[in-house]
Amino acid sequence: MAVTYRAAVIDKVGLDALIRALAARGRTVIGPTVRDGAIVLAEVTGGADLPYGWGVAHEAGRYRLAPRRDGAAFAHSAGPQSWKSFLHPQRERQWSADRDADGSVVFSAESGPSPSYAFLGVRPCDLRAIAVQDRVLSGGRYPDPAYRRRRERAFVVAAECTEPGATCFCVSMDSGPAAGPGYDLALTEVIDSAGHRFLVRAGTEEGESLLGEVPSRPADTATQDAAHASVAAAADRMGRTMPQVDLQVLMRETLTAARWEDVASRCLTCGNCTMVCPTCFCTTAEDVTDLTGDHTERWRRWESCFDLEFTHLPGGPVRATGLSRYRQWATHKLGTWYDQFGSSGCVGCGRCIVWCPVGIDITEEAHALARERDGGVAAGSAPEAP
Amino acid sequence: MTTAGQQFLGALSAAHRDRLLAFARDRSFPAGARVFDEDAEALRFWILRSGLVALDAQVPGQGSVVMETLGPGELLGWSWLFEPYRWHLGAQVREPVEAYEFDAPPVRAAIEEDPAFGLELTRCVASVAIGRRLRACRIRLLDLYGVPHVPSEGSPA
Amino acid sequence: MTALMTGTLPLPYRVVRTADETPDTAGIVLEPSGTPLPEFCPGQFAMVYAFGAGDIPLSVSAVDGHRLTLTVRSVGAVSGALRNAAAGSTVGVRGPFGTGWDVPADGDVLIVAGGIGLAPLRPVVRRVLAARERYGQVAVLIGARGPRDLLRPGETREWQEAGARVLTTVDRPAQGWSGDVGVVTMLLDRAAVAPAGTAAFVCGPEVMIRATARELVHRSVPAERIQVSLERTMHCGTGHCGHCQLGPLLLCLAGPVVPWDRARPLLSVREL
Repeated sequence: MAVTYRAAVIDKVGLDALIRALAARGRTVIGPTVRDGAIVLAEVTGGADLPYGWGVAHEAGRYRLAPRRDGAAFAHSAGPQSWKSFLHPQRERQWSADRDADGSVVFSAESGPSPSYAFLGVRPCDLRAIAVQDRVLSGGRYPDPAYRRRRERAFVVAAECTEPGATCFCVSMDSGPAAGPGYDLALTEVIDSAGHRFLVRAGTEEGESLLGEVPSRPADTATQDAAHASVAAAADRMGRTMPQVDLQVLMRETLTAARWEDVASRCLTCGNCTMVCPTCFCTTAEDVTDLTGDHTERWRRWESCFDLEFTHLPGGPVRATGLSRYRQWATHKLGTWYDQFGSSGCVGCGRCIVWCPVGIDITEEAHALARERDGGVAAGSAPEAP
Repeated sequence: MTTAGQQFLGALSAAHRDRLLAFARDRSFPAGARVFDEDAEALRFWILRSGLVALDAQVPGQGSVVMETLGPGELLGWSWLFEPYRWHLGAQVREPVEAYEFDAPPVRAAIEEDPAFGLELTRCVASVAIGRRLRACRIRLLDLYGVPHVPSEGSPA
Repeated sequence: MTALMTGTLPLPYRVVRTADETPDTAGIVLEPSGTPLPEFCPGQFAMVYAFGAGDIPLSVSAVDGHRLTLTVRSVGAVSGALRNAAAGSTVGVRGPFGTGWDVPADGDVLIVAGGIGLAPLRPVVRRVLAARERYGQVAVLIGARGPRDLLRPGETREWQEAGARVLTTVDRPAQGWSGDVGVVTMLLDRAAVAPAGTAAFVCGPEVMIRATARELVHRSVPAERIQVSLERTMHCGTGHCGHCQLGPLLLCLAGPVVPWDRARPLLSVREL
């Protein structure tokens, strides 16, 4: 029988107190802040750092902050970053090697202290994304020690989604707008005539203990009903959908579809989609040697499957065309991720749509692939290539 | 591997194989024997039962350059079947050969007289001998084992 | 031990010796300076690090206790550094990674190697010949560019003496070459194995693998009994860096050895 933890209601003062309580426990609290015209994830020291009164207007290839009259703190959907920036950082030293005068080499694993993060305002889609990266980086035969250390030490405060963006499709991916498992605390922001407040549910013992440290009152029915209603309403306001088909099968069956040529004619292969995607995990190895020549370091940094070098072999790249690189990204995300890691690699956050400089929309591409496949089936016979 | 359909005689139906073999005589060649030379009239052909034969061309300064070798089960010579009935390459025995030897003119006459036999024999020469060797030749054109050619930056993306 | 188990931290190995096998390829024998890695199975690969230059995947061509023999062809900075590594110098090794060859206990065995693809197949030949009496026909077909590109001709003669039928062919014969000339697939009909009862092992350039596997299937060797070793970019070896994907497969985990029935549909999609 699953343990049921406490639920309570806190206000803005309580949220501020929560941040301070987390910091008092030695955690670096990361939350949404306004910077450079975007909602950016950064260290927060109190409630005043949160983006109260800011929302976001999204479209394919477009992201603008928009003021909100209701003063909400968590009414912005996904921003340019995701939590992988902290859990699976862009650049990370893995080990270093030192060569002695006699030529022997000592390899030393990276053993610095791991940060102890508290993530505040994790969207349900991003909560799922963290679970997806958990499987990739620490769920297999070779758990990544650095990732695992950061992950085990991280405290997660989810914020349920009440204001989906125009590029959101978490409902299609079954990852929101309500928070799934994996949080220590889950907030639902409620703003109505009874005031601006947050329904807080604990998901772990530590979450419950923290909740005990901040001023709160017991969860009342009105607040609970309002919270549930606004999350339920959010589910009906998704700006995008995925086709209602088995996407893994769709990707497998459309590898040679004409649609790939169409999207490849638009794609710049810039790799933005892979950088903003909260589940994209690919990296490359970088070796750095100091001036003595006897100390080298192995760094791991994010790399994109859109880079030509990504599939470099002695004779040249395997995926030389933009078509094959876009297809690799999309089919991996929606299809072969299941084969490799048992789930979809897409959580429906919509970032890849927003941050694509030419507005390529993975949901539109998936619909087009489904139409091409099913159209061929309906017509009885697909035209044969000559 | 001795699956029917791969070796030359195995690709013929029993009746047509018997018909072809009725033209055959046993022939052996010692190592080093010259079987035919480039541009000579193609009056005979062979199906190897054992041994190894090299197909070659004379290259000034390099002597005799070997293009390909043929081993047991393979057809030696197809120029006898198509005009101008002259050898395109030379053939020299590398390892002693036991073979069926055929005179080309009576086989060609049988092909003309019996279209069913002719079609099957021609098809067999085309697929098992010429087609297979052409595929192999094309793979060699790729120079697969050569030093990998690394395209320069900015090659077609 | 944690870092070792993760496969990310190299362990120091001492270069016992390197020996040129062809003008651009050397065998490099390594032994652990301290703690050894877990034992490698034939077909698995190691990530081998040249100090300051980086690391590359290399298949093991022999395992003798903790001593590893790797075959490296010089095509870039790291492979060049490893090929020229001095005896007594230290390299870093991670592994063992990936799938190994599934060597049956009996039946006919057909090994088809192209170029340096012979290296990862050597331990299969040796394992089979070490128990020669358990097997039926054992054939080793080798293709190379020219006579001087053949890896260790002396060893292949030993295999012949130990009961394998070894046939070698080259693309470009040199003066004095008296053997076969042509593509390795042209040797298949002389292998004398029974297609239905044969386990086939194929390694070489991908075009050669595809052509060979196709010819084998045409001769009724079951596709699932044909194992091929595939090459894609490898960085981590642990399934984290994403480079080695071939459709649903992360080849560093699900490969490099893949049965042909699994590989064929993936290799038939251009630039997958």
